[in-house]
Amino acid sequence: MKRINNPQALEEIREEIVGSRDPDKPCITICSGTGCHAFGCERVTEAFEAELKKQGLEERIDIRTTGCHGFCERGPIVVINPQKIFYQRVTLKDTEEIVSETLRKNNIIDRLLYSHPQTGEKIVKEDDVPFYKGQMRIIFGNNGNIDPTSIEDYLAIGGYKALSKVLTDLSPPEIIDMIKKSGLRGRGGGGFPAGVKWESCRNAPGDRHYVICNADEGDPGAYMDRSLLEGNPHSVLEGMMIGAYAIGSDEGYIYVRNEYPLAVNNVSIAIDQLRECGLLGENILGTGFNFDIKVNRGGGAFVCGESTALMASIEGQAGEPRAKHIHTVESGLWDKPTNLNNVETWANVPLIINKGVDWYTSIGTETSKGTKIFSLVGKVNNTGLVEAPMGMSIREIVYDIGGGIPGNGKLKAVQTGGPSGGCIPESLIDIPVDFDRLTEVGSMMGSGGMIVMDDTTCMVDIAKYFLNFLKDESCGKCTTCREGTRRMYEILDIITRGEGKEGDIELLEELSWVVSEVSLCALGQTAPNPVLSTIRYFRDEYNAHIKDKRCPAGVCKALITYSIDEEKCTACGKCKRVCPSDAVTGEKKVPHKIDPEKCIRCGACITECKFDAIEVA
Amino acid sequence: MIKFTIDGYEVEGEKGQNVLQVALDNGFDIPHLCYHETLKPYGACRLCQVEVTKGNRTRLTTSCNYPVLEGISVQTDTERITRARKMVIELLLARCPDVPIVKDLAKEYSVGEPRFKLDNDDCILCGLCERVCREVVGVDAITFLGRGSNRKVGPPLEINPKTCIACGACVYICPTNCIKLEETESERTIVRWGRTLPMKKCTVCGRSFAPWFQLDYFSKIIEGIPADFWDKCVDCR
Repeated sequence: MKRINNPQALEEIREEIVGSRDPDKPCITICSGTGCHAFGCERVTEAFEAELKKQGLEERIDIRTTGCHGFCERGPIVVINPQKIFYQRVTLKDTEEIVSETLRKNNIIDRLLYSHPQTGEKIVKEDDVPFYKGQMRIIFGNNGNIDPTSIEDYLAIGGYKALSKVLTDLSPPEIIDMIKKSGLRGRGGGGFPAGVKWESCRNAPGDRHYVICNADEGDPGAYMDRSLLEGNPHSVLEGMMIGAYAIGSDEGYIYVRNEYPLAVNNVSIAIDQLRECGLLGENILGTGFNFDIKVNRGGGAFVCGESTALMASIEGQAGEPRAKHIHTVESGLWDKPTNLNNVETWANVPLIINKGVDWYTSIGTETSKGTKIFSLVGKVNNTGLVEAPMGMSIREIVYDIGGGIPGNGKLKAVQTGGPSGGCIPESLIDIPVDFDRLTEVGSMMGSGGMIVMDDTTCMVDIAKYFLNFLKDESCGKCTTCREGTRRMYEILDIITRGEGKEGDIELLEELSWVVSEVSLCALGQTAPNPVLSTIRYFRDEYNAHIKDKRCPAGVCKALITYSIDEEKCTACGKCKRVCPSDAVTGEKKVPHKIDPEKCIRCGACITECKFDAIEVA
Repeated sequence: MIKFTIDGYEVEGEKGQNVLQVALDNGFDIPHLCYHETLKPYGACRLCQVEVTKGNRTRLTTSCNYPVLEGISVQTDTERITRARKMVIELLLARCPDVPIVKDLAKEYSVGEPRFKLDNDDCILCGLCERVCREVVGVDAITFLGRGSNRKVGPPLEINPKTCIACGACVYICPTNCIKLEETESERTIVRWGRTLPMKKCTVCGRSFAPWFQLDYFSKIIEGIPADFWDKCVDCR
């Protein structure tokens, strides 16, 4: 692309791009997010290309590979524009039919449509799918409309308008004032007001100021930052550029884990494009603003998502947090004032500038404005990335958007906030989701992980799972975090093995207090949350393990036995054939039995039994 | 000078000093295992907890890396502090049940038999050896390896540390005495790091006094000293 030397040139190029595109031209949009990649979207794309060529339609129909649409469970996702026909789970053999039927004759292929899990109704348009209908996709929505490797696509939807506006019309204090008034709070977990952070950084003395984008997302099962950076990298970069101008920074870093190859690739392409057209570098848009961004790939340590550990890692040192008695906005990267925000926070910035503070503050709750992207996973029908306005209830997210619990499962709890978050019981799912309410109930927003659990989930086992993660991912510097998380894991493991004793819960609580009060960084300070929140809401379940040597959810192997209900058993022999430890005995026409000594409680018989005859107690 | 109070007594510190330093200088007893006055504070052992009141907010914090600030009030002995220190000691004792300095602390704070499974480690991961090697000696021969519960200290990649000069600073500074130095007429070995270096004999008295490699290193980094200085032992110089 040619150089864009001033705001007027930017608008001319934009008009040129928009003018050259026919909005009514048919376009096959194929999701190319990481989830759909795993489903084989690349080959589907190739098949579409080949099919269009075969049918001689290359000139008349466009193909666009886009970022993640969010409904990852249903991939590969293909949307036919301009009608917005939503096809899910598209395979290679469907491509020919889609081209001949839908694109040529405008016929809908029923089989590829999404059917409502409760009513069975077939839904044609993307916006009518319940998963999308309840969402407010102001940050994430463009992922599905643009090719992330095309700067022209981003410009066509109004990209870099906000940058141009701030560089020509607003002074840095005016921008900071806008961000402060917008109420934007950090989406990485802390929820600190972004505008206040920017202001402190701007006011901190120093010959150089840095801005950093934290893309070291590491919560198990969470991938919203990844999908945003993969699917719409320019929106993040534009936010960073506006922030840099407001703060007075000429150098920025994106710290992204190397396990996110598509994100690294797409954001690097975007940066190269910006340098080529002069939107990064010296004298941006002829306004005298200089700024450049470097991509720093992280090695995948969870603790490097902590701001001071992240900065140490960029400096080339081991990723270990340091005390923040002097804040990073005063002394951060290379001891210079540094402003760090997370991917999603940066992506909110251009939107606030373009649409204004009043519009932005109209979304959300009193103390949490805007939307939040959640990674909705676990025992829920519609797994994927969900963008909801702050204040939406967990019930609405799980049932209206998520489509409820699969099978006959009953919702038990929702774990939010990643490994250091907490479990919210079913009785509290009507609370509005915002930063403060989640903290009040003993959990946190974190970066937006949301794991749905049903009654087959053991809460002690869940706490153990998270502590296992944390004990390995603690950097190991603080005695309390290193030894404390390890000991908490040990106690939880003992309880799940049926060897827990009176006083274990109290010891867990005592340890939790010290680990959270005494550890240096937020990882340690929040590490006891999974234990504390499960004790708080599911103490009975802990007691059942310790006193009655029973796992009510039927998960902890040492505490359960498998048996066969003679009434239900038809002696079909399936369980006997599938049992890996030869624990099932029985002849034809005689109800079978399980030898508890031999049974390894793997659950293979349960999966296989058609008559619901296997009982776990 | 920056004025503040410790346990109600008015004390003074200089900009850049930390609370623990000033407290120790003024005779206050705050237990600590990872702090040394010649090294940058690290904040790993978490024992030097104090309560700091700044404005109307009181918080538990480590004193080794808390900068002295005008008007703050520091408490070194409260119920909260004791509760925190006792658990830190119990955790360390469970890790290192036979280490004298940890056993002494347990006795002082009336920490009995740990309620956790006992390990048999001799290192508390305070990082003093790693920091003295890097900050004072300047050879950076050892480092932290792994993370979380797998963390340990050792030479990078756990192979013979090629930059180690066997100076013994790590041996000297280790609070648990887990780094041993063995020496014969011809060799010196830092046992924990697996580093053995041949010794040089004094050109005057003939006694072997330091590893060749170490003297070579010093002669390169310290300027303005006659070349034969490094050939003689401390007594004969």
